[in-house]
Amino acid sequence: MALTRRSLHLHLIRPIFSARLLTTASTSPISIETSLPFTAHNIDPPSRSVQTSPHELLSFFRDMVLMRRMEIASDSLYKAKLIRGFCHLYDGQEAVAIGMEAAITRKDCIITAYRDHCLYLGRGGTLVEAFAELMGRNGGCSKGKGGSMHFYKKDAGFYGGHGIVGAQIPLGCGLAFAQKYSKDDSVSFMMYGDGAANQGQLFEALNMAALWDLPAILVCENNHYGMGTAEWRAAKSPAYFKRGDYVPGLKVDGMDALAVKQACKFAKEHALKNGPIILEMDTYRYHGHSMSDPGSTYRTRDEISGIRQERDPVERVRKLILAHDLATEKEMKDTEKEVRKEVDEAIAKAKEMPSPDPSELFTNVYVKGLGVEAFGADRKELRAVLP
Amino acid sequence: MLGILRQTVVAKLNHALNCEQGIGAVALRAYSSSSANKMTVRDAINSALDEEMSADPKVFMMGEEVGEYQGAYKITKGLLDKYGPERVVDTPITEAGFTGIGVGAAYHGLRPVVEFMTFNFSMQAIDHIINSAAKSNYMSAGQISVPIVFRGPNGAASGVGAQHSQCYAAWFGSCPGLKVLAPYSAEDARGLLKAAIRDPDPVVFLENELLYGESFPVSAETLDSSFCVPIGKAKIEREGKDVTIVAYSKMVGFSLQAADILAKEGINAEVINLRSIRPLDRSAVNASVRKTNRIVTVEEGFPQHGVGAEICATVVEDSFEYLDAPVERIAGADVPTPYAANIERMAFPQVEDIVRAAKRACYRSR
Repeated sequence: MALTRRSLHLHLIRPIFSARLLTTASTSPISIETSLPFTAHNIDPPSRSVQTSPHELLSFFRDMVLMRRMEIASDSLYKAKLIRGFCHLYDGQEAVAIGMEAAITRKDCIITAYRDHCLYLGRGGTLVEAFAELMGRNGGCSKGKGGSMHFYKKDAGFYGGHGIVGAQIPLGCGLAFAQKYSKDDSVSFMMYGDGAANQGQLFEALNMAALWDLPAILVCENNHYGMGTAEWRAAKSPAYFKRGDYVPGLKVDGMDALAVKQACKFAKEHALKNGPIILEMDTYRYHGHSMSDPGSTYRTRDEISGIRQERDPVERVRKLILAHDLATEKEMKDTEKEVRKEVDEAIAKAKEMPSPDPSELFTNVYVKGLGVEAFGADRKELRAVLP
Repeated sequence: MLGILRQTVVAKLNHALNCEQGIGAVALRAYSSSSANKMTVRDAINSALDEEMSADPKVFMMGEEVGEYQGAYKITKGLLDKYGPERVVDTPITEAGFTGIGVGAAYHGLRPVVEFMTFNFSMQAIDHIINSAAKSNYMSAGQISVPIVFRGPNGAASGVGAQHSQCYAAWFGSCPGLKVLAPYSAEDARGLLKAAIRDPDPVVFLENELLYGESFPVSAETLDSSFCVPIGKAKIEREGKDVTIVAYSKMVGFSLQAADILAKEGINAEVINLRSIRPLDRSAVNASVRKTNRIVTVEEGFPQHGVGAEICATVVEDSFEYLDAPVERIAGADVPTPYAANIERMAFPQVEDIVRAAKRACYRSR
């Protein structure tokens, strides 16, 4: 929701048609059933009936299309060698990011691993900053010093962006600890995959979160493959929502943005009163693990196209919009064209940005550098004083 | 009401300012500390924690046995009673988990002090210390700062065997983004810990179990609640002109003993207490070598890629023409620490090793 608002302000060239669509879309409530029921562990599941509105559904559509487009454009940029190193794409999983944002505020915190581009966007990050960071330019959200895996937006409660599988879970419990300590009335969502679900530090952190009643929500984005290893080959029990044992869990259709919204709303209420809860989002990534992985050696093309046909999150919302007469096919196609243009413009703008200044090699090593010397590869050639 | 608020603000401001001014004040007293009182290192650390927790409600402690047990080495005695279980948090024996939680809390703006019962256990959490804490400010271009302190005993104790005796100064000291401190005296312990807690960057604070019970003279200034020792500055514990002996932590004490023995033989040794492993006070070490022309480094840790190796490199790079003898390194032996007392003794530097090396640097035979 907020994502679309922000992009409205950023771009002046916009077909009046589509902007009017969103600004005039009503906020009057519609009640929609989730596609599948929730499966619960040690807790009573929330209702399948989700409150939404035309405005919300239309912005779900636009925002997911934007995320999808950004990821596909990143694929091209990577192949054009404008993006280097690792690039982990989120297309297919958009409903998780979008549904979650709809249920929470910016005071709530989100932390994730390396598949972070869309979550950054959902927290209010801009396309230009995202592309600039991916291409290593100084206008990137981490000034080009982080890269794909290290997007942050602290002022919006987004704490990254982490490369070490599983590390984000204890970190997320730490965010929840701080929220409880500060009596903040907010919660932390820590996202991880089916691969990370087997990490020991998850269970260490979960134990402490449960012991201390931390407002921690562990969100397993189960896309069924940990890199190239299918879940059944890595986990004795792939019922990740049950792995918390004494910690309640909910299994959610992660391709249904409304189900995600309902689950996150439910989880937030629970966590504020009762401590940690696990949400398992049943989702799917169309791309391989990263751009170095074709994603087809360990799964069939039929499987991938099957999910696209049956469960695509964007198509689901499109059908809902049509079914409830909230917009026409043409209006939605126009929105998609608009989004494509927005993304192309952002890429063009990001491409114009320069690389970081060489002096940036030595900045931000410390907050307080104490005037100490730091050395480059040849210490007689390159040294700097850390301010 | 406003008057009280203003007073509190002014007091806090002075508290912070004095820490910065402490640089000047402490530099003056670099050569001598006039003492009225004595204090153990244990009490020094305890009082530093107490004062910093009192001054800033964001400071909290976590670790195994820090609360109800009063601290495995009684360092945190009395703090649970004073500050309550929300601020003195007993953790399960899960270093990776609780260190990650501490770092996450620091991301959000709290100021955790995470205790490792010994730094040997920090290896279970080292990913969070390095990848989650040390590198975050850089990777986020300044958005995510991590004002955390990791503290606990480091290095050898006595008879605790190979898995409980390693020194981690060299490993942590190599990592950009971390600050690494190694106090020796009570003054060091108090001043450096207070500076560490106030510092906005992640600090590894390497204590020493065998020093906890040792008493040191402390000045009135050291006892003041605003006392701080600047990070990154070494201290000349003993002035000399014939040979420089550089050490940190317990080895400073051994080096001072060695200097006394050397003095009887007419060798006037200068003993430098590094205090800070990262940033390393290269200028203090080089200034001393340019004066004495000879240097011995002393550390408990493994010799290869150790702190002494870095000091040797820095001296050769910056003060080569001033060296009248090769750099001498005294370090722990290249072996996992044995248990039996006689060979354990051989695994770590003893005073006689430092004396012998200093004599070698002075081209004196045994």
